[in-house]
Amino acid sequence: MSETCKVSAERRGDVAILWTDGYINNQGGEEIAREAYAQLDQGVRALVLNLEKTRIVNSIGISILIEVLEKVMDRKGVLAFCGLTPTIDKTFRIMGLAQYAEIFPTQDEALRKVSAQSA
Amino acid sequence: MTQGGHAPAPPAAGSREVSMTIPVAPEMEIVATAQAAALGEYIAMSRDKIDEVKLALVEACINAFEHANCRDEQLHLTFRLGREARGDWLEVEVLDRGRGFDQKAVEPPTPEKTFASHRKRGWGLQIIKSLMDEVDITSGEWGTRIVMRKYK
Repeated sequence: MSETCKVSAERRGDVAILWTDGYINNQGGEEIAREAYAQLDQGVRALVLNLEKTRIVNSIGISILIEVLEKVMDRKGVLAFCGLTPTIDKTFRIMGLAQYAEIFPTQDEALRKVSAQSA
Repeated sequence: MTQGGHAPAPPAAGSREVSMTIPVAPEMEIVATAQAAALGEYIAMSRDKIDEVKLALVEACINAFEHANCRDEQLHLTFRLGREARGDWLEVEVLDRGRGFDQKAVEPPTPEKTFASHRKRGWGLQIIKSLMDEVDITSGEWGTRIVMRKYK
């Protein structure tokens, strides 16, 4: 049994899209952080995290996402989420992620907004 | 016969419940969520509400895994189905035989404190209370019992 989260990424100009697939726990969170930091080190200014293939997260995974968000903010970058299930959306709002990062229903909307902000 | 302890009370006649024990081990919480999902589907609970039960259950399990120091290295889970005027419900009990904790000593987290400090954890109970309709937590030297209910 493994629910380990897989992370894939694609760069589009100054923006990188990260897709997750699976359970975002401590391992999943670290996997996302590793990819996000690699993208930032390569000059990416904005990150879109698409979670449409993730139905379950835990607070350890979210705490790692908060660390990623802080690092992006330190670098004056932008981080946006999209494709959240209603439960994950609610949990992000409980923990305050929505106060510091924008949440969009679709990837297209997230891309439009962060591309404009990072230009 | 068990000596020096109390045998668990038998389930009430006609009650619909499923019990399982999971070891304290990585990702075992996902095994528990599969059971919750199956019972939620049995009472035709919506997928979003089942997701809320699953996430609350994950938090209850990982809290116990991390903090309880379970003497038997196990979590004892009971899933109950019931019906009352408000509607059908799914209830999950998570029992650990760990060291217990003082609920009054747990300072509720806030996003501001989380973002201002290096400590970003401690959200488990808050998430459970936010996602479930009713939550009852009892704790002592015998361990901790969390009973959480979600109406259909």
